[in-house]
Amino acid sequence: MLDNLTQRLSGVIKNLRGQARLTESNIQDALREVRMALLEADVALPVVKDFAAQVKQAAMGQEVIGNLNPGQAFIGVVHRELTKLMGEHNDALNLAITPPAVILMAGLQGAGKTTTSGKLAKLLRDQQKKKVLLVSCDVYRPAAIEQLRTLAAQLEIDFYASDISQKPQDIALAALDYARKHYHDVLIVDTAGRLAIDEAMMAEIKQLHAGLKPIETLFVVDAMTGQDAVNTAKAFGEALPLTGVVLTKLDGDARGGAALSVRHVTGKPIKFIGVSEKPNGLEPFHPERMASRVLGMGDVLSLLEEAQRGVDVQEAEKLAKKVKSGQGFDLNDFKMQMVQMRKMGGVSALLDKLPAQLSKAATDSKVDDKAISRLEGIINSMTPLERSKPELIKASRKRRIAMGAGVQVMHVNQLLKQFEQTQSMMKMFSKGGGMAKMMRNMAGKIPGMR
Amino acid sequence: MFSFLKKNSSETATAPTAEKSGTSWIVRLKSGLARTGNQLSDLFSRGGMIDDELYDELETILITSDVGMDATNALLADLRRHVREHKLSEASELKAALAHCLLKLLKPLAIPLQADTHQPFVIMMVGVNGAGKTTSIGKLAKHFQSQGLSVLLAAGDTFRAAAREQLITWGERNNVTVIAQQSGDAAAVIFDAIQSAQARKIDVVIADTAGRLATQTHLMEEIKKVKRVISKVMPETANSPAAPHEVLLVLDANTGQNALSQVKAFDQALGVTGLVLTKLDGTAKGGVIAAIAKAHPIPVRFIGVGEGLDDLRPFVAEEFIAALLDQPA
Ligand SMILES: Nc1nc2c(ncn2[C@@H]2O[C@H](COP(=O)(O)OP(=O)(O)OP(=O)(O)O)[C@@H](O)[C@H]2O)c(=O)[nH]1
Ligand SMILES: Nc1nc2c(ncn2[C@@H]2O[C@H](COP(=O)(O)OP(=O)(O)O)[C@@H](O)[C@H]2O)c(=O)[nH]1
Ligand SMILES: [Mg+2]
Ligand SMILES: [Mg+2]
Repeated sequence: MLDNLTQRLSGVIKNLRGQARLTESNIQDALREVRMALLEADVALPVVKDFAAQVKQAAMGQEVIGNLNPGQAFIGVVHRELTKLMGEHNDALNLAITPPAVILMAGLQGAGKTTTSGKLAKLLRDQQKKKVLLVSCDVYRPAAIEQLRTLAAQLEIDFYASDISQKPQDIALAALDYARKHYHDVLIVDTAGRLAIDEAMMAEIKQLHAGLKPIETLFVVDAMTGQDAVNTAKAFGEALPLTGVVLTKLDGDARGGAALSVRHVTGKPIKFIGVSEKPNGLEPFHPERMASRVLGMGDVLSLLEEAQRGVDVQEAEKLAKKVKSGQGFDLNDFKMQMVQMRKMGGVSALLDKLPAQLSKAATDSKVDDKAISRLEGIINSMTPLERSKPELIKASRKRRIAMGAGVQVMHVNQLLKQFEQTQSMMKMFSKGGGMAKMMRNMAGKIPGMR
Repeated sequence: MFSFLKKNSSETATAPTAEKSGTSWIVRLKSGLARTGNQLSDLFSRGGMIDDELYDELETILITSDVGMDATNALLADLRRHVREHKLSEASELKAALAHCLLKLLKPLAIPLQADTHQPFVIMMVGVNGAGKTTSIGKLAKHFQSQGLSVLLAAGDTFRAAAREQLITWGERNNVTVIAQQSGDAAAVIFDAIQSAQARKIDVVIADTAGRLATQTHLMEEIKKVKRVISKVMPETANSPAAPHEVLLVLDANTGQNALSQVKAFDQALGVTGLVLTKLDGTAKGGVIAAIAKAHPIPVRFIGVGEGLDDLRPFVAEEFIAALLDQPA
């Protein structure tokens, strides 16, 4: 998403490389690149100006110490300032109040409020064991209430039924009353999308806020938003005491500069990001990671965390040992590697977290989650002996395996070739060069990529 | 920003298009705007000479309207050339000159949609999530009916919760048939709809589709398949191309530079023939259209200026530019 920004900034580093030290003039060029990069990334102009001034000030006061080169020092400053601008640490939801804790959703038309309401309900139930009630106050958009009802039913979350003949204010208060009586921990109130300049509609949501006294008022904003993000965010921020922001549709290729604009204007933390249309596509926002990602370091931290969540630690350790020794990496391990990969959300989710160039190389080479399940199928139809001694697999065995897996012999051959490549990659990894080298080689050699 | 259009729809509808009469469009535009009470409240009326600061102010207007760096630089270069050629020196002339440069860029996009060339004329609506596809279909149904064309809608968004119900409501508002199925197969629903339109001699079929981001490769493949299926129901004949006859990409005016990627990606996948720019009733300017005009021009058929049935307008370059430039500095 912010990868294009990453590329620009790589250019900045390159341009500064070979400079003896940071001077007023060479920093000027670098700053211009940063400004351009941020504008191209849809960061709003006033925010870009403020940011550039901050970076300049921080950079000029900065001594280049130790063995950092000026380019690295400059990027260090940009990274730090970017992180600072995005909020330094992740702010969780604050639900510490006598239940029901009310969460009010607000934003423009089509931003993702309803979808996020559903995702949030699921997240609070699954991760915090909360009893959640969903209600829609959108009596305007056709089938908006039906949309939330459907989502609630899919997710098995309690839904307070409302009707377009009712007033939003009445719906909200009735739902609050219901939540109290039925001991819900959290009430999530979805609202209609509205323009910040629509006075009647802004008055309506202010009234909703006054009646509900929500502990969280979340401004939902589309990551594709351009320059107007500042105006909208300012208007919503003035109308409502916002407590946080949700940035949606980050699974697209938008550069996501709105994140910076909204954060800068409202001063409120981005609490979550939407990364899929599906109900589990909501993740905590990590400013530091976003800044790293902007700067092309890849979202290594998220990757690690995800790996911990999805992967069987013991299995992973066993694999790690084998990898270390460079010995005995057989088809069983190969298969396990694939299973782990699937648990981590498939190749495509994984790739998204890698640094810009690497994931580009990988996408160019056509990643395919389906291919992985095919590979798995093939290995499943091998005997244990074949799996641990792949060199045994000759023509007649290949035919049998292919038949068992319902594929062609060609596919079995492909798999064996990929296995060999992975095996040699593993050996290389164990010999040194470490992580970086492996990442570099991974793009072409992950099973399922062609 | 298009609130003045909204309130004065009758005036807008009859607003003269450029180059028809003798007076220059700028003159007519200015008087048109004055009528709507929206004077060109411009920073240049204060007079003085053209200087770098003025160019900077114009650059700011363009950038903050989402025109983007590339198109902004190109426009300013063109503007400087224009100023040299016409030996302009008064600050007050500069904004009109910029409007002229913008018009050169945008006028070629103002090609209205002709939906009476085939029967049924099949329109496929595509775009990212939340752009305004379904709502625009509701408005388009009204638009075509007011031209005396009969309309049928196909509920091809089989993914989003209650997307079908949303379209059915728009069908009811327009009193037109909506073909929907329980099945999750968009291609099947649209296939059905076209066949049914053929049987009933309906003039225009508008097919809704689920929103998708261009990064979702499998969804882009899926929509290509939908298009292929449509072309199988109405294949090419001696006197008409295969359906769909129009692939309308819906863009949200709030979108920044990503709109350009959307245009490229959807065009590459489907061959986009027209654009609809929605939500211009807000404060967003939709200036990214200028970037699109420069890098990947595709006709802009309509603009959306609200959530009601009547809030659809043909794209008129002059009006769009006036709204773009008419902002407080
Ligand atoms: N890819 C992707 N799509 C999303 C995300 N969040 C929401 N969407 C989609 O964006 C579209 C609009 O989302 P809604 O939740 O209906 O948005 P809303 O703000 O409630 O819209 P209105 O009520 O119409 O103003 C839907 O198609 C959603 O499926 C996300 O994080 N990623
Ligand atoms: N203000 C305004 N809202 C619009 C316009 N067009 C669509 N919308 C709203 O934007 C939201 C998303 O529209 P929808 O048609 O559901 O988008 P889709 O997901 O692309 O089908 C809805 O709340 C619509 O009411 C417009 O021109 N102006
Ligand atoms: Mg909604
Ligand atoms: Mg829709």
